[in-house]
Amino acid sequence: MDFLRPASWEEALAAKAEFPTAVPIAGGTDVMVEINFDHRRPEYLLDLNRIGLLREWEVGEDVVRLGASVPYTQIMENLRTELPGLALASHTVASPQIRNRGGVGGNLGCASPAGDSHPALLAAGAEVEVESVRGSRLIPIDEFYTGVKRNALAADELIKTVHIKKADGPQQYSKVGSRNAMVIAVCAFGLALHPQTRTVRTGIGSAAPTPIRAKAAEEFLNAALEEGGFWESGKVITPSIAKQFGDLASGAANPIDDVRGTAKYRRHAVGIMARRQLVWTWEQYRGTTGRSLEGAA
Amino acid sequence: MAQNTRTVPAGTPTNVTQKHTKGGIGESTLRPDGTLKVTGEFAYSSDMWHEDMLWGQTLRSTVAHAEIVSIDISEALALPGVYSVLTYDDLPAEMKNYGLEIQDTPVLANGRVRHHGEPVALVAADHPETARRAAAKIKIDYRELPLVTDEASALAPGAPLIHEGRDDHHIGHVPHPNIVHRQPIIRGNVEEARKRADVIVEGEYTFGMQDQAFLGPESGLAVPSEDGGVELYVATQWLHSDLKQIAPVLGLPEEKVRMTLSGVGGAFGGREDISMQIHACLLALATNKPVKIVYNRFESFFGHVHRHPAKLYYEHGATKDGKLTHMKCKIVLDGGAYASASPAVVGNASSLSVGPYVLEDVDIEAIALYTNNPPCGAMRGFGAVQACFAYEAQMDKLAAKLGMDPVEFRQLNAMEMGTVMPTGQVVDSPAPVAELLRRVKSRPLPPERQWESAGEGADVRALPGGLSNTTHGEGVVRGVGYAVGIKNVGFSEGFDDYSTARVRLEVINGEPVAMVHTAMAEVGQGGITVHAQIARTELGVTQVTIHPADTQVGSAGSTSASRQTYMTGGAVKNTCEAVREALLEIGRRKNGSYHPAWATAELLLEGGKIVTDGGEVLADIAEILGDEAIDLELEYRHHPTVPFDLVTGQGNGHVQYTFAAHRAVVEVDTELGLVKVVELATAQDVGKALNMLSVVGQIQGGTTQGLGVAIMEEIIVDPKTAKVRNPSFTDYLIPTILDTPTIPVDVLELADPKAPYGLRGMGEAPTLSSTPAVLAAIRQATGLEINKTPIRPEALTGTL
Repeated sequence: MDFLRPASWEEALAAKAEFPTAVPIAGGTDVMVEINFDHRRPEYLLDLNRIGLLREWEVGEDVVRLGASVPYTQIMENLRTELPGLALASHTVASPQIRNRGGVGGNLGCASPAGDSHPALLAAGAEVEVESVRGSRLIPIDEFYTGVKRNALAADELIKTVHIKKADGPQQYSKVGSRNAMVIAVCAFGLALHPQTRTVRTGIGSAAPTPIRAKAAEEFLNAALEEGGFWESGKVITPSIAKQFGDLASGAANPIDDVRGTAKYRRHAVGIMARRQLVWTWEQYRGTTGRSLEGAA
Repeated sequence: MAQNTRTVPAGTPTNVTQKHTKGGIGESTLRPDGTLKVTGEFAYSSDMWHEDMLWGQTLRSTVAHAEIVSIDISEALALPGVYSVLTYDDLPAEMKNYGLEIQDTPVLANGRVRHHGEPVALVAADHPETARRAAAKIKIDYRELPLVTDEASALAPGAPLIHEGRDDHHIGHVPHPNIVHRQPIIRGNVEEARKRADVIVEGEYTFGMQDQAFLGPESGLAVPSEDGGVELYVATQWLHSDLKQIAPVLGLPEEKVRMTLSGVGGAFGGREDISMQIHACLLALATNKPVKIVYNRFESFFGHVHRHPAKLYYEHGATKDGKLTHMKCKIVLDGGAYASASPAVVGNASSLSVGPYVLEDVDIEAIALYTNNPPCGAMRGFGAVQACFAYEAQMDKLAAKLGMDPVEFRQLNAMEMGTVMPTGQVVDSPAPVAELLRRVKSRPLPPERQWESAGEGADVRALPGGLSNTTHGEGVVRGVGYAVGIKNVGFSEGFDDYSTARVRLEVINGEPVAMVHTAMAEVGQGGITVHAQIARTELGVTQVTIHPADTQVGSAGSTSASRQTYMTGGAVKNTCEAVREALLEIGRRKNGSYHPAWATAELLLEGGKIVTDGGEVLADIAEILGDEAIDLELEYRHHPTVPFDLVTGQGNGHVQYTFAAHRAVVEVDTELGLVKVVELATAQDVGKALNMLSVVGQIQGGTTQGLGVAIMEEIIVDPKTAKVRNPSFTDYLIPTILDTPTIPVDVLELADPKAPYGLRGMGEAPTLSSTPAVLAAIRQATGLEINKTPIRPEALTGTL
């Protein structure tokens, strides 16, 4: 295994062009596990840790441009207001040590359905800025995940930045695991209200071959909120709307049975998380609840 | 220098009671290894290095049950950097098997593998990656055989025999060769007693396979020596037991295999069996180079035995005023492919199946199966854990059926000193079962809805799911549950369970210094700390050196069965007493004529001096010793036990009993099936706490290990293939600090007069009752009948 250590982004792109099988590594959250378990033995590792720009972020008018290697700890500490869903997701990633190293670029590069950040990115709305020696392009997050552990990157491309829409309303994120910390997702759900466009977006993790949105649930809720005049009145969401939203989210899941959980449980849990998050975000939108301490630690 | 060997029975009265010396027993002295471990400085066995050393790698079977048609090692041997590849055919001695009690485990597979991950071949290479690649190049052609995976398939007509031609000492009394050992216990008359019962409850319970999950994986270094022998540095639980198994398969006399304990990263029973010891020695002798073997976490899951999964069938009866009438049970333990400690686990499970209760009429049967599942053996609690999980569920069911409070019901039936066990053994020292329950029950409950804080919304850290943010209180229901358990201390059933301690007292730089030398494995339990405390108390010195544990001194027995403070601690005390006597003898010889107290007074050692019991100083220890050294090595034994009768189960089989009780308070998210254990209050009698800090640490650790198997820990074996599905810490979950509740501990010290200082072995008891207490609390919160542990979210939400 050869270890490539480019000193600059340009060198990294050149290296990736020359060695398209090279596996990029930054925090190593996924890559090192795969190597340790002998699940893969890449010919080349492309170490991105010398490239400072990948650890930078920029808060713009409408989007946060988040460098691929910005550690989860930084997201939790600095971007809670702009990216509340992703900050909540960051809290659930592994352990404090790993959150100090790992970033969203790794989640996207690996494209595991169990990656913790995916549902938050899907719900917020994001574009992935990728680049190669041929040039750069923006891939909408909805088109990014193409299969189990596959994404829309070409062999010579590297993930540079993720452009995530700044929150214009409440966002929530939950993950089910069979212990209370440092656990891989059995399933996860993210919800973002977008009052500016009067829409909602969702994300489901670990309950389908790829991270997905619960489109039918979104459409149902968009229509129900519009028809009921909820956005203007800010009235309480009825239990029947919340339940149906949960049921539709559950129906969007397409999970498998594995050692971590049954498909039946995953479908069930996605529905519960969706229903609860709708109530939490909506109450926050109505201004009835204080910020909860879910991200306080 | 005086050196002799003599045997003193346990409980020999000490005619001098030493006064307190600084750093002596009863003080919470700090562990010498504590800071090193916390700061990462401690040298574990996996950190060892030797110039010119090679790395060993094990090749393990990828199938659970198969005939090995052929093995082709040629490609592996051809790889540059490979020094040796060994298979069964290369084993040097006539003895090719090992085992704790039954030598049924092949060092390397002989034409057949019986479980997933069985060692088939070994490689030594100059780099671990080379060794790994070489092992991958060994071609093995398997022809798969039908699987035995449970009681039905083990005992079915025509079932494949896991071990053909058994000649061990259990084969004569087991009903089927796929049963390792069977222990019935019959006392009283269940049929008659059942007639007195107003209520009867039955239950069928399933206990999952728990892993010890010690943090330091199996590792060691074997160095060939010039005399054709080998020096082995290894992390283990019992050096001399290893030695007895290693030497014969190497074809060496025991004195040519010199073992030294190296840094142990936890054990919990998982190091009682041989893992890499023999393999490293074989490779070292074959290559004439030092060979190091370190398992990674994946291999570790295959490299040691686990806790027996079990099926337990129970029937209890009680009168309407709450008195137990009878108990009938059958406990089926899955021992997996090799015997390991299964026979002793059967003995424990059967003899402790009644729990800490008075029951005159019982009909008990425990068996361990041979199957193609992973081998199971020793783990903290050893057979008593599985039984406690089931009988405590039964107690709750009975109390509910009788409309009684579950704690009062238990107290009404609690055993006490003088109670006769189902084996006929009288409980001969304090058994404060009702009092332990009273103590945990009388604690104030933690406040309700602790996640709520004024104006700030929910603090998810106090809720099920924690920072995964799955609930802000929705669906959350609190439950409270109680349990109590009984465990034996020490090796039972007639085993000669002795410990040896060598103590040397001499003057160094004008100060008397004691050196304590034992073969006790310090696995993290705090034994060496306690040894130094004992030596200070008994010899009145402040400076104590602990000699590294090795096989140059006699056996200390196993660091298991809650026995080391009792046994090797007892041995240190015993040898120190003899050293003290020898010192006083020298004093009488040298100075006896100067002061009449030498002949007439009780003499003590205190603060480096020899004093009378009235406090008069007679001499400095250093002055009396001069250039002499007193150096004694003595064996120490507890009072003898006998085997259980193979038909009736009667016999004084156990050394000592130990008890703990728990109250669990849980919050359950009843919609998602997630659990937050809020508090696990514990009360335990330890006889005498030699080091309270260590005692509390053990209780909290054991409690957490019990919590783990209640809600998350399980090795999942696919019943169709008998292969392990989750050999990693990604999917075998153990509690993190965020899963660990507040654990208030209440320690009782009721002396056992037969034990050194009156102490009671205490390391395992908290692991027993913690599991059923948590499950009882979850049952109360959910109203569900829970008969399987660990309980998974699916089972709590009907989504299995």
